[in-house]
Amino acid sequence: MQLFARLFTDLDTTTRTVEKVQALERYFAAAPSRDAVWALYFLTGRRIKRAVNTRLLRDWLSAETGLPLWIIDESYDAGGDLAETLALLLPDHSADSTAASTDRTITAPGMLFSQEEMLEGYAGLQQAAEADQSADVSMPLHRLVEERIVPLTDLPVEAQRILVTRTWHQLDAAERFLWHKLIMGEFRVGVAHTLVARALANVAGVPPETMAHRLMGDWTPTAEDYQRLLSPSSWASDPGQPYPFFLAHPLAGDPQELGEVDEWQAEWKWDGIRAQLLRREDQVVLWSRGEDLLTDRFPEIAAVGAALPNGVVVDGEILAWRDERPLPFAALQTRIGRKNLSAAVLAAAPAMFMAYDLLELEGTDLRASTLIERRAKLEVLAAHLPAGLAVRLSPLVELPSWEALVELRRTARDRGVEGIMLKRRSSAYGVGRPKGEWWKWKVDPLTIDAVLIYAQPGHGRRASLYTDYTFGVWHEGELVPVAKAYSGLTDAEIRQVDAFIRRNTLARHGPVRIVRPELVFELHFEAIQPSTRHRSGVAVRFPRMNHWRQDKKPEEADTLATLRALAASLERGK
Amino acid sequence: MSRLLELTDRGLYCAAGDFYVDPWRPVGWAVITHAHSDHARAGSRSYLTAERGVEILRQRVGDEATIQGVPFGEAVMHNGVRVSLHPAGHILGSAQVRVEHQGEVWVVSGDYKTIPDRTCDAFEPVRCHVFITESTFGLPIYRWRANEELVDEVNDWWRTNQERGRTSVVLAYALGKAQRVLSGLDSSIGPLLMHGAVERFVPLYRAAGIELPECCRATTENARETRGRAMVVAPPSAAGTPWLRKFGDVSLAFASGWMQIRGTRRRRAVDRGFAISDHADWDGLLSAIDATGAQEIVVTHGYRSTLVRWLSEHGKRARALATAFEGEMDEVVGNDGGMGNAE
Repeated sequence: MQLFARLFTDLDTTTRTVEKVQALERYFAAAPSRDAVWALYFLTGRRIKRAVNTRLLRDWLSAETGLPLWIIDESYDAGGDLAETLALLLPDHSADSTAASTDRTITAPGMLFSQEEMLEGYAGLQQAAEADQSADVSMPLHRLVEERIVPLTDLPVEAQRILVTRTWHQLDAAERFLWHKLIMGEFRVGVAHTLVARALANVAGVPPETMAHRLMGDWTPTAEDYQRLLSPSSWASDPGQPYPFFLAHPLAGDPQELGEVDEWQAEWKWDGIRAQLLRREDQVVLWSRGEDLLTDRFPEIAAVGAALPNGVVVDGEILAWRDERPLPFAALQTRIGRKNLSAAVLAAAPAMFMAYDLLELEGTDLRASTLIERRAKLEVLAAHLPAGLAVRLSPLVELPSWEALVELRRTARDRGVEGIMLKRRSSAYGVGRPKGEWWKWKVDPLTIDAVLIYAQPGHGRRASLYTDYTFGVWHEGELVPVAKAYSGLTDAEIRQVDAFIRRNTLARHGPVRIVRPELVFELHFEAIQPSTRHRSGVAVRFPRMNHWRQDKKPEEADTLATLRALAASLERGK
Repeated sequence: MSRLLELTDRGLYCAAGDFYVDPWRPVGWAVITHAHSDHARAGSRSYLTAERGVEILRQRVGDEATIQGVPFGEAVMHNGVRVSLHPAGHILGSAQVRVEHQGEVWVVSGDYKTIPDRTCDAFEPVRCHVFITESTFGLPIYRWRANEELVDEVNDWWRTNQERGRTSVVLAYALGKAQRVLSGLDSSIGPLLMHGAVERFVPLYRAAGIELPECCRATTENARETRGRAMVVAPPSAAGTPWLRKFGDVSLAFASGWMQIRGTRRRRAVDRGFAISDHADWDGLLSAIDATGAQEIVVTHGYRSTLVRWLSEHGKRARALATAFEGEMDEVVGNDGGMGNAE
């Protein structure tokens, strides 16, 4: 656990890629396999579900420290991160002698031992009790996870309390923070998965692409699988393993700077779920970019997979699709959350796979070949599919000149797409998001001017600052909330707005402050649609603050009528 | 009804003695707890401050100002009110103000800390009836680690940066914090440089008998010569300015109590945060309040309502002193991440 806590601190205290990779390499080289594989599990974004109720955690902390709940809550408001706040509130046992911490256990509530007898069959508690007696306070990560975190969720509340309290006594402050993050299912660290793969690849002595590919596959947090991941020789991949996704960079400048127009292939940028459809050994697997297995959620697309020959991997986008047009993203969302796909749901948001690229054919990895070669093979493959399947070949956009492209991009919103993709015709299908090969050029966002009406404190990096805002527009003399946004301001602006909020609070509801409606912001968003779920009757997608309109008075903000008209006009355009 | 000290639009006012403590507008007679700009403003007719802090205050309020220095513990009578100053442990020359009139004793803490700091006189509890305390870090998440541990951590960070060929730059408030950090640096590790804003106060510290390691003002030449090895002490305002460029590849740290919180650390976009504060932490506040034996605690500047509630629940009479013109100025300060503030 100490090594892992050290790794976390190292990753958390540098923004430099090289140092992050070095810290990861140091860790993977030093940590025992059983621990390292859990670290890898968490570093690659896998999670263990929240194992305890955070309300209970606060209660237990209150009992442990004698601090009343209200001050724990106020501390949380100021700290902005519950796991950290709780770690900071606990007394620093590590500074005490072991004897003192044993004392603490003995003087714990009298019920403890009899309760414990009742629960004596439970290994984690026994181990926790044993560790209490020993002077060694550091616990291996795998034991912490396997004996304390994984079983925690199924324990009776009283046993949870004993286990959590005991564990507090055995960890130092940095370790407790991570312990909290892990039992709350909130562990996150600022390191890209590609860096983890790179570091592990360096330790294993294999190319980073190979490691990235291995990590995408099916492995469990066991020492055996860790050894398998690290094996220097190549290994047979499992049939359900996708390739790492190749991603595009946003194009900020002028496309003319990309050079000759005929070196590029243009496609529409579809707004759905990026995914890979795999057909190997008679199995069909649909993986999202977020590494979620979606095969069961999209039977229409699974049927496409079943029609493919074995040894094929297609990269594409899952879209909700009707009448040869995409439905809004919200329609697609109705498909993701559901376990039971009723006929009504399937009919309301029929799914379709927009094929972009061919990564594997006849069991051969095509990623090193050029985009035009892969595209040619993809077209042949598509041509051999039976008719009527929920699949389309991503249409190529004619690209006679950059000027023409600028014109085409203006039509993107009417076509229901997010913009244009530019891919270098000679590009391989790489790993991650290197610059220069693939670009995404989004349409200019929609804008409105809205007034800041409510504010909430942020979390994490924005702890104890008011950074989460709700904006309103005018309707019958009132400001009606239409969007929540928390990004787009500079740190200096955030501080100014925060100061304004504190001085201009009209009322409070829990953490939410109702703010004197004076500040006007230009909001950007990607789409707007009529909505029955919102009081305003419209829902906006990806709202963010583009600009603080210090030159505008609140009366000059937009009206709801304008927004509704905009939503209706875009709806008609479809 | 009449209270010995009351808040007015110019600051804390003693009607009986017709003087102010740390007024924020020009007044006749100002008693100054310490020379940070939010406590010491220029323009008053005359000032009373601790003898140890006279020269520093002069830097703040100008050469023409009339400043009377008084040794710690020695009383001055002003319009029949007995005023004395006692060490607050915040920065060099920082004082608590004891005001006595007709047997009633009030103490204004100013900013203070209770942990040892070799760059200033140690906080001294003063018995009183009413104690006006700051509460900048009045939450139990703020508990400082031992000074030696923090000093070792800064020196270790410096060594690590050297191994990586990087210049260390620690941002610290130019008056007080910077000199405190400086005093803990191990000059055997490498060369020490400082920003002009920090240098300005160094001779005053040395003149007061405080030992500080050899340290030069950073210039283009010495910065270049010592790249990858030096430790630079600079004010927070130096972050993100071209001034930093001369040091080459730098690792940036910030020394402030706000760095206790990971979110604040990350918001500051520094490589390291050292929770080194010149304010009392939670335990420090509570022990200082206890030590005064005061019947009434008045809480200002910081997490006022939290501390007031805590004290009330622990059987003490406590109230918050509204900081008049900034609304919730306290929290704004708290959220500033120690940026421009005297932390």
